[in-house]
Amino acid sequence: MRKFTSVIKVKGFAVHHSRRLSETTLEKTQIASIFFAEVARVFLFITVLVRESFSRDFELREFFRQCFQIGYKTLPLVSVTGAIMGLVLTIQSRPVLVDFGAVSWLPGMVSVSLIKEMGPVITALICAGKIGSGMGAELGSMKVTEQIEAMEVSSINPMRFLVVTRVAAATLMIPLLILYADALGILGSWAGANIKGSVSFVLFFSQAFSPVDFIDFLPAVLKSFFFGAVIGLVGCYKGYNAGRGTESVGVAANSAVVMASLLVIIIDLIAVQITDMLLL
Amino acid sequence: MKTKQTETFDKVHYKTKNNEPVIEITNLRKSFNNQEVLKDVSLKLFDGENLVVLGKSGSGKSVLIKCIVRLLNPDGGTISVFDENVMALQRNELNELRKKIGFLFQSGALYDSMTVKQNLEFPLRRIRKDLSEKDIKEKIAEVLENVGLPDAQNKMPSQLSGGMRKRISLARTIVVDPLIMLYDEPTTGLDPATSDEISLLINDVQTKYKTSSIIITHDIACARANANRIVLLLDGAIYKEGSLETFEHSTDPEIKSFFR
Repeated sequence: MRKFTSVIKVKGFAVHHSRRLSETTLEKTQIASIFFAEVARVFLFITVLVRESFSRDFELREFFRQCFQIGYKTLPLVSVTGAIMGLVLTIQSRPVLVDFGAVSWLPGMVSVSLIKEMGPVITALICAGKIGSGMGAELGSMKVTEQIEAMEVSSINPMRFLVVTRVAAATLMIPLLILYADALGILGSWAGANIKGSVSFVLFFSQAFSPVDFIDFLPAVLKSFFFGAVIGLVGCYKGYNAGRGTESVGVAANSAVVMASLLVIIIDLIAVQITDMLLL
Repeated sequence: MKTKQTETFDKVHYKTKNNEPVIEITNLRKSFNNQEVLKDVSLKLFDGENLVVLGKSGSGKSVLIKCIVRLLNPDGGTISVFDENVMALQRNELNELRKKIGFLFQSGALYDSMTVKQNLEFPLRRIRKDLSEKDIKEKIAEVLENVGLPDAQNKMPSQLSGGMRKRISLARTIVVDPLIMLYDEPTTGLDPATSDEISLLINDVQTKYKTSSIIITHDIACARANANRIVLLLDGAIYKEGSLETFEHSTDPEIKSFFR
């Protein structure tokens, strides 16, 4: 009897674990299939985007409207962020440099860190928040209210009108915003240098640009084009592929910001590695 | 003065005079996540007629007309519009066909970022490239006059009421002179008076623009005002097809639940 009971127990144990194993495998397979389906959708989206970007009927008017929306309307936010970035960096770094008697290095140090790293990354993150979420929410609400379908049935290509123009405008305008933020950052730094000390505008700028070569601008400007493209792409992708309910508009906007910010950081890491390899 | 019955007879008679189907759907099937929404639906839309597709919410009415313009791809069956197999069309061929079809969305689907005038210009400039600036202006003024909103050109969609949005949406659809109109719940969410106005407008569109229309609705007043023929869709399949009279006098409980 005891032998019989133990056989039943072993059998029960085996059945239970094999069931759990099959459930876990199924779950993992489903997760993998969802992941690969998403990857396929992203590639398809990019393929269509590239194809439509080189079509004859480029929506020039909408492109300029988007440049205005992205560039001009983000200017106040980028101005404040850029100026504060330079000011804070100067105020924080000054005491350390004073201790080493290296205050004259302050303008150069601030300008190099602003141009090479802080300006592009922080401005891109600000843009991911404002522009990426804006695109995600706008296209998401257009999807929910059937405006994208209305374009399709009117024989108007929504990819060409909505996505190509936005991604192109973001790719062009975000590098310009980054350069603008760099300039205001250096101005903010000059203001910061004059809070505790006194330095003339001409002297500050000659010291700020003495350690900076054209080659320092190049990788920063190049990566900022990638930042712009990725912010536009992610914002449009998330909005364009939003679900049906109103809740999906918020989800699209939110996930656009998160994904775009993450990709900005990853692109920055890759760009730094490549620059390091090429310049060493 | 024609009686209502004579008018209905004329509408049915109109259909029989033009017995060429402009849309022919055969055994259409569509599922979402293993749930069958359309089950072997077959129907024809004849030249110049108003076909009303009645059905409860979730019976697959909107899916049916979205399949016609290939906003949704069916799982099986064929859809032929002007003798062209919609499923076999390439992207540019499909776009050419879509230019002949007007689609009035349930929500209106007006472009929020554009004024009423820009909403109308948007498809017009892209579809009717032969028109001059003067023609475009005249065309926009004409359709706005036809929908009874001649002074709405510079308004934003957010400044319009539900009924006005439907009218402007209809104006945007007819501005490109479509041959077929697909109405997705044109009177949903409107008060009875505005619903009647929209129903009259649908009749006007048929008369003025000589369109053939499929009207998806569960609003019996709209069906009564516009139907040359009615198809009742029940759980994704065609339950009954016939004239308005047939439906009005039917003793079938499923039909009577609509025509009370």
